Amino acid sequence: MSAANNVNPPVVFTQDELGWVSWIDPLPEAELTARHFAGLVDRSRSKSEYFRLLVRDPEVLEARTKTDKDIFYNVADGLPRAERELAAAATSRYNGCIYCASVHARFASTYSKRRDDVQRLLDEGVGADLGDERWNAVVNASVALAATPIAFGPDNIDELRRAGLDDAEIVDVINGASFFNWANRLMLSLGEPSK
Amino acid sequence: MATKDIIDTLAGIEPGSSLDAIRARRLQARDNAQKSYLSLFEPIDAGDVSLVERAAVALFVIGLHREPTMAGFYRAKLAATANGARLVEAVDVEIARGETSGPYGAFPDGPLSVENEAGLIYRVSAERKPELGARLAAAFEHAHLLVFRPRDAAAADMKALLAAGWSNTGIVTFSQLVAFLSFQVRVVTGLRVLGASLGSANAAGAG
Repeated sequence: MSAANNVNPPVVFTQDELGWVSWIDPLPEAELTARHFAGLVDRSRSKSEYFRLLVRDPEVLEARTKTDKDIFYNVADGLPRAERELAAAATSRYNGCIYCASVHARFASTYSKRRDDVQRLLDEGVGADLGDERWNAVVNASVALAATPIAFGPDNIDELRRAGLDDAEIVDVINGASFFNWANRLMLSLGEPSK
Repeated sequence: MATKDIIDTLAGIEPGSSLDAIRARRLQARDNAQKSYLSLFEPIDAGDVSLVERAAVALFVIGLHREPTMAGFYRAKLAATANGARLVEAVDVEIARGETSGPYGAFPDGPLSVENEAGLIYRVSAERKPELGARLAAAFEHAHLLVFRPRDAAAADMKALLAAGWSNTGIVTFSQLVAFLSFQVRVVTGLRVLGASLGSANAAGAG
């Protein structure tokens, strides 16, 4: 087990940069092979405790990383990056992942220039009024998708359409919000954030 | 890819439909969601998590989401896996015992504590523990936590899995499995709802 003695866990949602400490043993850098580096996709990720833990199953990590990158970084068309990050942040706020929320709230602020609105989501929770129909619709859809059993239904589609999203943008909301139900569960259960 | 795209199949997306065209704009995501599925259910190395353990956990996780079409798919998968058919009934009984609504759980002590929400702490029934075995019993209890109250997760939960015979690598694969299924069931449900809103050209056999 990793020593967790030096962890200083955050107790509120924040846009500050946080660290993350694993509860079980990541692979040591010295033990990484070509198969592991293929799994890491970006060689620099070998410096991250989180990715050196996930690389214990390199094939799953590689496929997961490539899924993630296309859902969030492929902005040739579809939903603006800021709103994909908003979906990620809202999902993380609702599931309770302080680490994931910090990263993606920060990205949402960077791409939207609406830091105060993003902070309101973190401070007040997913019921906060973020000031426009489009952002509220993205948050509501993300929250409905994160519920178990899943609460996402025709009303969410109607709300997204009324806010001006087309079908391809709605698919980006579904992908981005759904992906964070994957990410949140890993970050929350394999280790913890530290200030 | 040899296997038909599993998300398209479960969401009822027909080739040539408008949702098929939209999905094609995120081809890397579509292909790698499929590769994630294949890496989890047809791994090159099943040494740390057996195929029957993967299939049993999958049925349990999807059953807890109360998505009948997908649960049917994973029930058939477990039944078709070596040594799996004997577990189907026990898993279905445990799903019924574990049903609740989430997410709930506790935040770190502090200002967020007002948002703490108590709920079911699921434990496998004593009668079915011998049938499932120590590893699967521990896995179901942890999977239930991941599905409904992920913010409750603590270092002690890792110790419980290690004590039940899970390796570090096995815990990573098993956690990825539960987390991936949490993604897959939402993409499928979301696309099915969107498809239904577009009419019969997209929504085939949604249930």
